[in-house]
Amino acid sequence: MMRGGWLRAYALLYLVFLFAPILLLPLFAFNDASVIAFPLTGFTTHWFQELWTTEALHQALRNSLVIAVLNSLIATLLGVCAARATSGPAFPGKRGILGFIMLPLVLPEIVIAVSLLVVVRQVLDLQLSNVTVILAHVVISLPFSIAILNGAFANLDPAFEEAAQDLGETRWGAFRLVTLPLVFPGIISSLLICFIISLDDFVLAQFLTGANPTLPVYIYGLTRFVKSLPVIMALGTLLVALSITLLVIAEYFRRRGVARAGLKDSGGFL
Amino acid sequence: MNVQSKPPATPLIQLRGIHKHYGDYHALRGIDLEIRQGEFFSLLGPSGCGKTTLLRTIAGFEQPSSGQLVIDGKDMSGVPPNHRPTNMVFQSYAIFPHLTVAENVGFGLRRDPRPKEQRARAVAEALEMVGLGGYGNRAAHALSGGQRQRVALARALILKPKVLLLDEPLSALDKKLRENMQVELIRLQRNVGITFILVTHDQEEALVMSDRIAVMFEGAIGQMADPETLYRRPNSRRVAEFIGKMNLLPAEVGMEGNRIVVEVAGLGRGAVEPDQAPGGVIEGNSTVGIRPETLSLLFPGETTDRRVAEGVVDEVVYYGDMTYYDVRIPGVEEPLTISMKNLIGRPVLDVGTPTKVAWDERSLVVLSR
Repeated sequence: MMRGGWLRAYALLYLVFLFAPILLLPLFAFNDASVIAFPLTGFTTHWFQELWTTEALHQALRNSLVIAVLNSLIATLLGVCAARATSGPAFPGKRGILGFIMLPLVLPEIVIAVSLLVVVRQVLDLQLSNVTVILAHVVISLPFSIAILNGAFANLDPAFEEAAQDLGETRWGAFRLVTLPLVFPGIISSLLICFIISLDDFVLAQFLTGANPTLPVYIYGLTRFVKSLPVIMALGTLLVALSITLLVIAEYFRRRGVARAGLKDSGGFL
Repeated sequence: MNVQSKPPATPLIQLRGIHKHYGDYHALRGIDLEIRQGEFFSLLGPSGCGKTTLLRTIAGFEQPSSGQLVIDGKDMSGVPPNHRPTNMVFQSYAIFPHLTVAENVGFGLRRDPRPKEQRARAVAEALEMVGLGGYGNRAAHALSGGQRQRVALARALILKPKVLLLDEPLSALDKKLRENMQVELIRLQRNVGITFILVTHDQEEALVMSDRIAVMFEGAIGQMADPETLYRRPNSRRVAEFIGKMNLLPAEVGMEGNRIVVEVAGLGRGAVEPDQAPGGVIEGNSTVGIRPETLSLLFPGETTDRRVAEGVVDEVVYYGDMTYYDVRIPGVEEPLTISMKNLIGRPVLDVGTPTKVAWDERSLVVLSR
């Protein structure tokens, strides 16, 4: 009993430590003072109004959204191909290739960022732009996409596609009519996760962004001006809300996928 | 056991010298096979013998490394599964979980040019045929094992294939359901008149259901025959031991003119007919087989004009309808197993009871290989 109690207290403290700072965001976002400090002085929606009218911020947001959408589409498409290939029969070098794709998961982002910058500027001699940011985001999103989709593909009976072919479908038809609907929740889940990863990324974008900064890079630029801090708090509040919403939707689709395949949930990606 | 009309001259399926290699592994070693229209044919063997690989080769999911496969007069090399006149019931049934029962059964009719109502009627009829009338709107993942099996059957049969391939279709069902489904499958096969090829490791299932059986070991066919021949006249020790229970006794086999003479350890000397040596005769030290039910124990007070050997009851296994006795006979290392019907008034003997075993020369099988 005693041991269980300590463990519970420890877990609780751990969660408070992790998430309490995030709770400060909405607190100061609605606080009627341009200084981030206690005590709170009153309620205002002024900072949110300022968000609404800052043109540069809108530009950065649009930029981020375009990058995030394209990144999630490309990473998920590649993820589907990789997950399907690795869920099938073994082929030479399968483990090696998969390990290679998953590597960015354990590499420090700053290392990836610097090496990509060297490759883009020195080796390929390309201009930094949204395209380079998207490429970098695909590199770090792909491991997550594959992790999610591997789960979806691993749940499939390999006889499903064979049965569809046996009943007159081509290989593509079998994939489209049977496999795709069954892994569809996994695809949605992957799209959302990759979207968030791209939207949240600061390090890679900071190094590889061109003339137009992404939202996190723009926010970082703002932090140099003390009086814009409450605006950042307001923006942060919105971003946190968006991230949580997307994660919940992603997990909902993953669970629905498991249920649809008539399987037990073995604990998911999240 | 199935009474069949005389088959037409050309077989529906011909396999000639089919080999399959997976790297170093030789999965199929020269399979030659002909299967007639309307036949219920079984591929029987232990796991890893290549029976499923052979079935998948016929379906088109595996390409033979060499050899020829002809179905209905057409060479099948390079023909993908979706263009073959075969349909398959998978071991896992592979019922599509995101579709309803009717959508599963109607899956193969997607390319059917008939109007929607006619296709729906075909689906309803197929479900009726397997005893699932009215189940069309059920979700596929909510079905029981037996129902999934019926859906898989209906889904495969709706396309009216020339050949239905069944990969261990009953292995996932419990004993009682399995026995029911065996009878139903036989009845279904007679009704639709489609050639069935069944893969199974269950010798009893193969004996009950098949017109003919190919027993496979290590990628090759050990013996191919109707169930009765296979059971009564196996051509090798392996086949004899794989199908049913067989007593194997060391024996001296020799030819005296045209007669085959055997000196069986513990039983004595006898002569057998050529059909009792289906695997051929190799003179000298050999093995002779005899089935438990062709032997009988003489209960106290019984006499017989059959050949008799004396022994002692070593083990008794009571099955209700039958009792299996292991009887030790002087001069034989392994005890003989004898099955006796538990008729009214017949006692069950105790271990250690001295007894006599009656046997006939006609029940012996010479197993030189």
